[in-house]
Amino acid sequence: MSRVTDETRPAIIYPVQRREGWLSYLNPQEAIPRPIYLAAMVTTVALLLVLWAALTYGGVVNQLFLPSPTAVVDALVKMVGDGSLWGHMRASLLVIVVGWALAVVVAVPLGIVMGSFRLFEAILEPLVNFVRYLPVSALIPLLILYIGIDVRERIAVIFIGTFFQLVLLVADVAAHVPHDLLDSAYTLGAKRRHALTHVLIPATLPGVMDNLRITIGWAWTYLVVAELVAAEQGLGYLILDSMRGLFVARIFVGLLTIGLLGFATDQIFKWLHRKLLPWSPRIA
Amino acid sequence: MSNGLRAADNGQHKLDLHDISMVYRTRRGGTVLAVDRLSLHVGDREFVSIVGPSGCGKSTVLRMVAGLVRASSGTVLLDGAPVTEPGADRGMVFQSYTLFHWLTVQRNIEFGLQLKRMPAADRATIARRYLDLVGLGGFERAYPKELSGGMMQRVALARALANDPDVLLMDEPFGALDAQTRVLMQELLLELWQRQPKTILFVTHDIEESIFLSDRIYVMSARPGRIKAEIAVPLPRPRTLDATTDPAFVALKREIFELIRAESAKAINVVGE
Repeated sequence: MSRVTDETRPAIIYPVQRREGWLSYLNPQEAIPRPIYLAAMVTTVALLLVLWAALTYGGVVNQLFLPSPTAVVDALVKMVGDGSLWGHMRASLLVIVVGWALAVVVAVPLGIVMGSFRLFEAILEPLVNFVRYLPVSALIPLLILYIGIDVRERIAVIFIGTFFQLVLLVADVAAHVPHDLLDSAYTLGAKRRHALTHVLIPATLPGVMDNLRITIGWAWTYLVVAELVAAEQGLGYLILDSMRGLFVARIFVGLLTIGLLGFATDQIFKWLHRKLLPWSPRIA
Repeated sequence: MSNGLRAADNGQHKLDLHDISMVYRTRRGGTVLAVDRLSLHVGDREFVSIVGPSGCGKSTVLRMVAGLVRASSGTVLLDGAPVTEPGADRGMVFQSYTLFHWLTVQRNIEFGLQLKRMPAADRATIARRYLDLVGLGGFERAYPKELSGGMMQRVALARALANDPDVLLMDEPFGALDAQTRVLMQELLLELWQRQPKTILFVTHDIEESIFLSDRIYVMSARPGRIKAEIAVPLPRPRTLDATTDPAFVALKREIFELIRAESAKAINVVGE
């Protein structure tokens, strides 16, 4: 005789560890209440600001090394007011976006081909893998020699900084498309070409999108290197130039702007992923 | 229902495998005989299963029929014509979830029909019909990521059937599902097959599943895979779950289990490639 349970009684759920309190937040991989999560994030930022204020207004650190919040805000307001910040931003955005976009246009198809066909992997991988390790800054003398010292050289720096990594990332995505997906297409009557365009490439889209987001982030880190040489505008140039006059507050303005722009592009790509690829199983 | 046991007048079955062998080259340079001179046949609209221990090569045999893999020797004949490449005449349902996740459920089912250049209205009608048949009416515009495992396999089944293949190949299609869902899927498959008889070659390691579903069962040995036994399933159709307690069912299960047990013992220490 089997026991029938009373289905109106609530099911047992994992007990909430109210009694343990803060200690339970140290259990690995355990969720914490959202208010706590947000509070922790906000508190850290607030503490950093307080620390910054204390170190500068309190005279603990020389204002040469760490300008006070007021000094930075002053510099920011001045640069926004006279339009110079926008000028620098535009110049940098141009270099970053064009350099990165060129890298994407070449690297994505190449990466898909490399990842899908062992023959092309054999042909291209040794070269790509080798150049990948060369520091971009070491290539600048050659770039100046070949291209010159105008904006094209700076775009080339961003291109080289992102292209080789992107090819390998995309190749990895293409190589990991489950073979059963292609086999399913074949058994539905698809020929090779159709399987390539209608199965393999769509299957790589979420991974490629993720890699686009990651590499544009890297592109920002190459900005200073790119603008090392004969730039007249740009956030990297701003930082380098401010160093010469020891306008440390302006350096901070430059850094904060780069950081915020990088953060913004990251968020934009996350949004694009959700909008353009709503079917994507990845949580972007 | 299983009128395919009688070969056609010229001795030809719907599907004929003659002395199929498969030899692999290992990474270390040696060779492995995966399948050894295996022969089997499937009659028109017959439901035939292949059962065997893991690694015995049953999936390889199925993939050879599908044309995804070439046999090292021997022939695969469909209606007397040799099979060398994949095609829409041999549809396949895989174990892992192989829905095209960038397409809606309806577009998935229409995939093969689109390849045939069928007009959109006709495609939609057929897709909706098969969607209803597998009990997923209303889910036309859902994406695979919103579906459970059982639902995804139902769509995969609908997709394969909508393409109207001559032969349906199934590679442990319910293996990744939980036990209850698996039973429901087996019943669904039989229901569909009764309604629209197709030639089916079904690979599984689940003995009960093979007896419940099939007209005939081939039992494979451990690697190198050979046919160890060919067993007819005389249980009457249509079959319901009650059939599993039928003494004939139990006897068959015992018989096949004993056949496989010795082979499984050989198979458990074989390293996968």
